Amino acid sequence: MSASFLFLLVLLIGFGAYLMARARAIAASQGRSASLHSLPGYHGAYVAIWTILPATLVLIVWSLVGPQMIDREARLSLPTEVLQQGAAPVELAMGQVRAVARGLPLLTDTERAALEAGTLDVRATLATKGVALAGDTQPYMIKSAQKLNALSGTSTIAMTAVVLALSVAGALWSLRSISQRFRARNRVERVILAALVVASSIAILTTVGIVGSMLSEALRFFQSVSPTSFFFGTVWDPRFAAAGSTGSSGQFGLLPLLAGTLYIAFVAMLFAVPVGLFAAIYMSEYASRPVRSIAKPLLEILAGIPTIVYGFFALVTVGPFLRDISAELNGLVTGNYTNFIQAQSVLTAGIVMGIMLIPFVSSLSDDIITQVPRSLRDGSLGLGATRSETIKRVVLPAALPGIVGALLLTASRAVGETMIVVLAAGVAARMQLNPFEPMTTVTVKIVNQLTGDLEFTSPQTLVAFALGITLFTITLCLNIYALYIVRKYREQYE
Amino acid sequence: MNMMTEAAVEKALDQKMTAAPYKMIGKDVSVYYGEKRALFDVNLNIRENTVTALIGPSGCGKSTFLRTLNRMNDTIDHCRVTGKITLDTDDIYDPQIDVVELRARVGMVFQKPNPFPKTIWENVAYGPKIHGLARSKADLDVIVEQSLQKAGLFNEVKDRLHEAGTGLSGGQQQRLCIARAIAVSPEVILMDEPCSALDPIATAKVEELIHELRANFTIVIVTHSMQQAARVSQRTAMFHLGHLVEENDTDKMFTNPDDQRTQDYIMGRFG
Ligand SMILES: Nc1ncnc2c1ncn2[C@@H]1O[C@H](COP(=O)(O)OP(=O)(O)O)[C@@H](O)[C@H]1O
Ligand SMILES: [Mg+2]
Repeated sequence: MSASFLFLLVLLIGFGAYLMARARAIAASQGRSASLHSLPGYHGAYVAIWTILPATLVLIVWSLVGPQMIDREARLSLPTEVLQQGAAPVELAMGQVRAVARGLPLLTDTERAALEAGTLDVRATLATKGVALAGDTQPYMIKSAQKLNALSGTSTIAMTAVVLALSVAGALWSLRSISQRFRARNRVERVILAALVVASSIAILTTVGIVGSMLSEALRFFQSVSPTSFFFGTVWDPRFAAAGSTGSSGQFGLLPLLAGTLYIAFVAMLFAVPVGLFAAIYMSEYASRPVRSIAKPLLEILAGIPTIVYGFFALVTVGPFLRDISAELNGLVTGNYTNFIQAQSVLTAGIVMGIMLIPFVSSLSDDIITQVPRSLRDGSLGLGATRSETIKRVVLPAALPGIVGALLLTASRAVGETMIVVLAAGVAARMQLNPFEPMTTVTVKIVNQLTGDLEFTSPQTLVAFALGITLFTITLCLNIYALYIVRKYREQYE
Repeated sequence: MNMMTEAAVEKALDQKMTAAPYKMIGKDVSVYYGEKRALFDVNLNIRENTVTALIGPSGCGKSTFLRTLNRMNDTIDHCRVTGKITLDTDDIYDPQIDVVELRARVGMVFQKPNPFPKTIWENVAYGPKIHGLARSKADLDVIVEQSLQKAGLFNEVKDRLHEAGTGLSGGQQQRLCIARAIAVSPEVILMDEPCSALDPIATAKVEELIHELRANFTIVIVTHSMQQAARVSQRTAMFHLGHLVEENDTDKMFTNPDDQRTQDYIMGRFG
């Protein structure tokens, strides 16, 4: 019986147990449902949990561990000559064994007889059944395969028996405790609490694990490159060395990448902040309800476009457009038709990233602006101020802390953005101020260092982790600070 | 013999007020919120240098009528006003009228104190700055001080003019809002339940202030407290379900009203 079918069966038993428990609880109430400590449904849930949960846990563990143990047994049954040949041949042989084991149940009776007699061409026969073998089989492989099949058969039967027994036992045991005063409600509550705790621990542990592994890899990087030359180095030249050679290690200066990252983020904010903020003001203060109900979702769709789409929009449209128009301009002014804006440049990446950020700025600021109490607007309008005076002198100053928080959140997105800059910013790690020239960012270099055939032990790849953790620290600080500001702002009007 | 008692002076003053000319005239004023009609052909005149109280059960349209007087209803979506309202001789719903200018002439104080999150000084200077009433900062200082004086707040805050207005107590905040309204020298001041968020002591101070302001301003006040209406006003208008039931001298209104519904409301039979 397969594991999933077994699970279904357990669920079924659980459902039956639920109904039984309910019925029992109702019977125990003797017609006065108020006399029960918990509603009948809770009794049902309690019993269902006892029926399903332990059995399912055992099922999961067995399905994970069982096959591995069987595999080990089969491996040990290989002849010693094979076992002595080392890891790779054993693995090959085991591959054959597994394939044969899959094929054996498909054989007809006559074929099986031929197999016993040793006259069957196993490879050819199995091939007709759709099981491809990598090479000709040896007799010992047939034996091991048979052993494998026998073991898994036993294991499945045992698992089925144990799981079903556990499920029924859980049901019977928990059914016994049902009575009028039994606090099923509180027990169920505890199980729910445990489930919630498990879920949040998974999330937290994953974060901790990711940060931990990044840190340890970054530390390995810092064993071969000193932190000072990484954090304060002004030259980025990782010089991919041939695998195994240790001679040239290259230079890993963070500063050019950081400069590019911040410069591009700055240009992006330069576009996104005014547009997004004005859009937010229009949406929250001027737009009539019908306009708002159409325009706001439209703006939010912009936030749902995958950034890779923005990336090739930059690559095939904005970049060439800027290049051509700069050539035209140059030609008109000086007669020399060479472009002064590169297709890949800080400006291209900045503009496109800015467009991507507009919906973030506008919807975050919109929320903040609408939180400014109506009474303040009324106060100002009642004194004879116009709409725009009210916005400029009362609403925006009141909303400013929140807006700053929103902008910081947006900036942290800009710093961490990858796909747009990979396609639009260029790969040259340079420190310069001309926005028309390409620059590169931390994220671009992480992508560069990790794509291609590389050893995962050389500083050339390990540097990606150091870059990653640097980026992570920057965005984390921005986020924490931004959330702090936004929260303080919220409290002000509660 | 010529020496009248103080009460008698008050009384005489009140009578003079009662006979004062009309500052604002409302004729057949109706208000709709979308499909819903909130006011039905209200004819109510506001006398100059008089405190007019609007009373009536909750939801009867007092605030709505008050807001028609400086067109604050314009800021509410779906709100439509018909009829005619004049301030002196100007039709305030005439398309030629500048709403901004109108609101400078007819100021407003709200139910909940709503000082801007700025300093006390900036709160009071806000209106004069917008309307260009002062040529220099020194002028502004004078206006701020005078307004705070008139609002009876100056002595309490003169040492902390440059601290946040939101840091004051509720009653002080409300008097700050009154000072803010006075600072643009309006002719009429509208107050919508200005004391409903205040404790009794703060309420007494604001009522006393209203009493003093009547000399220079025309005041319309919405209140849900009949005692307050009796204490501060000379004329009282009673609303019910969007209709103006009765408008009369406050004394007469509370002793011998013409309309049965007014009597019932004052006796506490509904509302
Ligand atoms: N902004 C609004 N939108 C829709 N209906 C409103 C609005 N303001 C008030 N109303 C309605 O108009 C009627 C009068 O309200 P209001 O003038 O606030 O009464 P009062 O101030 O006397 O308690 C009420 O029925 C109320 O529901
Ligand atoms: Mg009201």
